[in-house]
Amino acid sequence: MANRRLAPASEQPQDFAFSPENAEWAKTQIAKYPEGRQASAVISLLWKAQEQNGGWLPRAAIEAVAAELGMPNIRVLEVATFYTMFALEPVGRFWIQVCGTVPCDSCGARGLKEMLHDRLGAPGHVSADGNFSWLEVECLGACCNAPMVQINQDYYEDLTPESLGQLMDDLAAGRPVKVGSQTGRVSSEPQGAVNTLTDPTLFDGSRVGAWRKRFEEAGKAEEPAASPAAKTGEAEAGAQQAATNPKPARPDAGRPVERTVSDAPAQRAAGGETPVKPEDRADAAERGRSTAKHGGARQDDADVLDSPAKRVAEGEPAAGEQGKQDVPARDSVPQQPEASGASDAEVAAEAEEARVAGALAALPQDASPEQKADAVGKRPPGLDAARAGQPDDLTRIAGIDADNGQRLNGLGIYHFDQVAAWTRDEITWVGTYLAFPGRIDREDWVGQAKTLSAPAQ
Amino acid sequence: MLSDQDRIFTNLYGLHSPGLEAAKKRGAWDGTKFLLEQGRDWIIDEMKASGLRGRGGAGFPTGLKWSFMPKKSDGRPHYLVVNADESEPGTCKDREIMRHDPHLLIEGCMLACFAMNAHACYIYIRGEYVAEKHALQKAVDEAYAARLVGQSNVHDYPFDIYVHHGAGAYICGEETALIESLEGKKGMPRLKPPFPANMGLYGCPTTVNNVESIAVAGTILRRGGAWFAGLGGKNNTGTKLFCVSGHVNKPCNVEEELGITFRELIDRHCGGMRGGWDNLLCSIPGGSSVPLVPAEQIIDAKMDFDTLRNLGSGLGTAAVIVLDKSTDIVAAITRISYFYKHESCGQCTPCREGTGWMWRVMQRMTEGRAQKREIDMLFEVTKQIEGHTICALGDAAAWPIQGLIKHFRPEIEKRIDRYTANPHSEPVPMAAE
Repeated sequence: MANRRLAPASEQPQDFAFSPENAEWAKTQIAKYPEGRQASAVISLLWKAQEQNGGWLPRAAIEAVAAELGMPNIRVLEVATFYTMFALEPVGRFWIQVCGTVPCDSCGARGLKEMLHDRLGAPGHVSADGNFSWLEVECLGACCNAPMVQINQDYYEDLTPESLGQLMDDLAAGRPVKVGSQTGRVSSEPQGAVNTLTDPTLFDGSRVGAWRKRFEEAGKAEEPAASPAAKTGEAEAGAQQAATNPKPARPDAGRPVERTVSDAPAQRAAGGETPVKPEDRADAAERGRSTAKHGGARQDDADVLDSPAKRVAEGEPAAGEQGKQDVPARDSVPQQPEASGASDAEVAAEAEEARVAGALAALPQDASPEQKADAVGKRPPGLDAARAGQPDDLTRIAGIDADNGQRLNGLGIYHFDQVAAWTRDEITWVGTYLAFPGRIDREDWVGQAKTLSAPAQ
Repeated sequence: MLSDQDRIFTNLYGLHSPGLEAAKKRGAWDGTKFLLEQGRDWIIDEMKASGLRGRGGAGFPTGLKWSFMPKKSDGRPHYLVVNADESEPGTCKDREIMRHDPHLLIEGCMLACFAMNAHACYIYIRGEYVAEKHALQKAVDEAYAARLVGQSNVHDYPFDIYVHHGAGAYICGEETALIESLEGKKGMPRLKPPFPANMGLYGCPTTVNNVESIAVAGTILRRGGAWFAGLGGKNNTGTKLFCVSGHVNKPCNVEEELGITFRELIDRHCGGMRGGWDNLLCSIPGGSSVPLVPAEQIIDAKMDFDTLRNLGSGLGTAAVIVLDKSTDIVAAITRISYFYKHESCGQCTPCREGTGWMWRVMQRMTEGRAQKREIDMLFEVTKQIEGHTICALGDAAAWPIQGLIKHFRPEIEKRIDRYTANPHSEPVPMAAE
């Protein structure tokens, strides 16, 4: 985290107001967002305020923006201090931001920093003539043109300390400068050695429409095959839905907490079952067709690709029924998923959430807990009364309080061994019924119940 | 080498006009209405068949992601949010799309929105990309003027597209942080579930996609999922923009087939390795978040999701940072640690405290001012951070250090030996600060 504070009071201007044209511009920004969501425009407005105030953001401007958007001052202050492009202290007429992250660092950004240090002193200080101030910043996203700096709003790329010095001289003297690469590159092409995208037919329009041939051929050959698929489509489903359930569906998901959805796939995995539901498996595994290279593709060459979801799905025997215990437990999910985290569990979790949300969305808003639970799982079998009139004390399971104990009794659940025998679908059902999404797995009620019921056996 | 005919981003280098007319000649907006008429299910099926994996780093199948959106609206609007907050160190591909081929992106937005029953799309562009924002806004204005998008357009599908400007926070590249930021808050990631497909922007169903994933959609639909799936390898299909930076003779962006070998990528497009192949030390093949891969393992490796994952790294955004033997590798990884310390949003303790802690220890190790057992301690700390945070930034901060320790432990030990062999007025610390 960067520690960012407002400039000292001595440097703060007394007040700030948008110029008429900027106030007009602010209205166009606010209009981009839905009614009542004008807070979305906060970054744009702060940005404009900074621009109007000579490149930095005083407290008065932050408060003016807050007033404009009807936001509390603290919310705007939070935003202004969080985002590093808002300069909270005065900057020079030319504000130089040097990218110092690894690609630039390895290509000479250190030389640029030394040069700036020698010429302007420590970062963050405005030079005596008011022309320059500089700062090392994190990756500016022009890595193929490293090293580079951003001066005010423009990128200057492929620099050396000498060319940056020259650039600064030119800027200070008001001479025109060239934005972008300083070594004559157009953008991020290999300098003087572009050997791709040379085919002139790409650019003269002669290839436009060539792709339609595929549809014309396919249209003849596959019309009958395609239409059943089309029939299972949305229009049909919508019509059916409208016939059986004319009331518009409302989701129960209105609040970020206390969702009545339980049984996320990660929890299924933790419970020793396959994270993907049997009915979703085919969908999750269907990832595309591997085909011969370059147009040798045949439509019937339906070799299903190896996908994470499919691998998860294949963790079970082909004829896998729910309740099988031989699937990878959560710990066997690869620890290091590709780059930043679309793990198998996450793929499955999102698929599962979509399924449960879809099931719940199809219910009327005033559905009873039983109806909601029935839509996503299977009701566990209950007893009419406790065996021998001696119910177990369900509250011994951490996570079940007296109230929920009674609700479970109401379902005919009186004994630990009943809880211990819950299947995946039944856990989903109870979780939804109690409006405890995922809690049964998180607190491992089933495991606890197994332990508690063991001595009795 | 991928043939020019199979390249999607034909104006990658900006050698031609990014304007609407030129873009149409290159094939953008060609038969979009026809594609829309094929229906929502067809589009999603075709995207699934293409095997396209998200180009933003995580490699999540794009078609699958689209299919998670509710099939019909419950009264809440649906949104598409395009993640153009390109900040992963080493990555500079989306920038080229937005300034040189913006119409591919806008058309992709329209197709994706149609497939997900969304009528509004926000493109969240990072704050530093001011010129790119103007270029993209210009293209959007052109599309509105030509009635390609808008409330009443030639495609008969009401659709609005807005460019939203960020203000420089790496964390806003994380999808839920991006949504928070778009709502006008600090960019702090949300817990999932609920996933954005259920509750995203303004509490409405939202899909967040990378620029490149969206921009390829039009071409995939025109030429067919099977065409795209025929490029690359199994489970790693299609073409990808590679951003090669660092110690190669001619760093560049290039669109290539997934599964091209590292050596071919560098030799064919980047003018070879600086100082020859013997001079290669290691590469960070997917942006700074992934562990480095030493020369002997990367040199003939295929550049795709699965191969690199099996090497203990990842394809990430395909930002290939090449480092030669002149690199002070410990200092380079320290610089990456500093980056994560700087960019941690401060929400989760392991990340907020851990990134700073790791950076300070790494700084001492750069000098050699450390105990050897601290190497294991540092490794242990990275394991304590990894997986214990809301978003993947904690993991991303941990992995580069793990990669360093795994592959370059002797280098760290050598420095410690060198430091302790010489008299210093400042004693070697006994434990972490």
